[in-house]
Amino acid sequence: MTHPSETVLALKVEDMHKRFGEVEVLKGVHLDAAVGDVISLLGASGSGKSTLLRCINLLETPDSGTVSVHGETIGMTTDKTGQPVPSDMSQVIRLRSRLGMVFQSFNLWQHMTVLENVTEALVQVLKMSKPDALDRARATLDKVGMFDRQDYYPAHISGGQQQRAAIARALAMEPEVMLFDEPTSALDPELVGEVLKVMRALADEGRTMIVVTHEIGFARDVSNKVIFLHEGAIESQGAPAQMFGNPESERFRQFLSNALH
Amino acid sequence: MAEQERTFFEYLAYISENHSPLDFMLVADHIDKFFYGALLTIEITVLALLIGGAMAIPLAVARAYRHPWLNGPIFGFTYFFRGTPLLVQTYLVYYGLAQFDFVRESFLWGPILSNAWWCALITFSLNTAGYTTEFLRGAIENTPKGEIEAAQACGMSPRRMMWRVVLPSAFRRALPAYSNEVIFMLHSSVVLSTITLQDILGVGRWLNGRYYLAYEGFITAMIFYMILVFFISKGFRFWEKRWLGHLRPRDTANT
Repeated sequence: MTHPSETVLALKVEDMHKRFGEVEVLKGVHLDAAVGDVISLLGASGSGKSTLLRCINLLETPDSGTVSVHGETIGMTTDKTGQPVPSDMSQVIRLRSRLGMVFQSFNLWQHMTVLENVTEALVQVLKMSKPDALDRARATLDKVGMFDRQDYYPAHISGGQQQRAAIARALAMEPEVMLFDEPTSALDPELVGEVLKVMRALADEGRTMIVVTHEIGFARDVSNKVIFLHEGAIESQGAPAQMFGNPESERFRQFLSNALH
Repeated sequence: MAEQERTFFEYLAYISENHSPLDFMLVADHIDKFFYGALLTIEITVLALLIGGAMAIPLAVARAYRHPWLNGPIFGFTYFFRGTPLLVQTYLVYYGLAQFDFVRESFLWGPILSNAWWCALITFSLNTAGYTTEFLRGAIENTPKGEIEAAQACGMSPRRMMWRVVLPSAFRRALPAYSNEVIFMLHSSVVLSTITLQDILGVGRWLNGRYYLAYEGFITAMIFYMILVFFISKGFRFWEKRWLGHLRPRDTANT
């Protein structure tokens, strides 16, 4: 199975719907990410941007719609009660290992050191040998500037350091797409910069990234595509120059003026 | 050496006869019985903790995840063993089972169910399994949701996540509660002495029954239990230092 990467999308989301009880959170969202794309998802809170991200790796199960990773579509079916479920959980597990996820609250495993956090999935999921995994983990930690904190427990380092460790944990898996769920929202303002710097470096080396964020600066300067969600649907999207330079959508203009003040 | 030993015992005999309310000679004469008693206490306690602990892990997982068929029966099991005294449970197994013909006729009767040692081990194991299941269940349920999502998101199967993330984290958080359980189990093991077994207290009771001297046997037994608890606490402090480093406050860590 070799795909010329120019023609196959790294990630494709089609017509995704998700409802929590009465509230329709996603109303048919499409998203295409080519290899190397850095897509920023913007939107007010409640616009569905985090839900969209969590539906991509099936932390939430979408009600309908499809997700394809590098041309492979996640099979869905319905269970006895009519609820949508993945038709093959082992496929989901396999594809999740190719989608790195970075969470708002870091979600490092508290009982493991930083190094153990990064090594864990390399050994357990990718079945790497322990020495190889340690080498790769240390190299990745070095990349995010956490090499000298590798033996610390998460509770003993700052939020910015925890988030960089969490990025290293996702990055070490060499995923095809990295998903960032408001990676700087839980950080003190003075710690935001160090995390954004790491993300910018990843974007510069051509990683495919989908970033849910409130950082307008990051969306404008780093991403090559901006998607603005409003009440579960894509209100407008485009290149940052076009989106920020000359916003067509009145709502997006409003969102920007609120965000910048 | 022999000279010194003799004078020590002479001194002990002198003290016991003339000054002390306790007859140290009596204790010294029977100290080997206490050591054998301690061996039995340790043997049953450790085996029960191992068997009960091993049982508790799958039971706690089934409880924590509300297994559709198993959750109810397991709750009944833990409710029974936590809700009734260990002494009564032991009597029920040791004296009660013999009432049934089918038990006495079964192949288990001769080697196991007519034997006090086995009855005690079975009851103690089930009892500690009941307690351990419930606090381990609590620890499993308190696993931070984010850590579970992180395990899912990196492609761990549910089984792998259980063994690599949920249980290691839960075991660590349950460790302080478990040290209590171990000490309670040791203390509860005095029940052995009521079903003909010569554990530490059993030896103390025997001494009392034979010489009508209560203090000698019972105080010696207490000292034996205190020494065992001392080592258990030391052991747990060592393990907590080793396994709970991530829960220590930030400024005392890594120093």
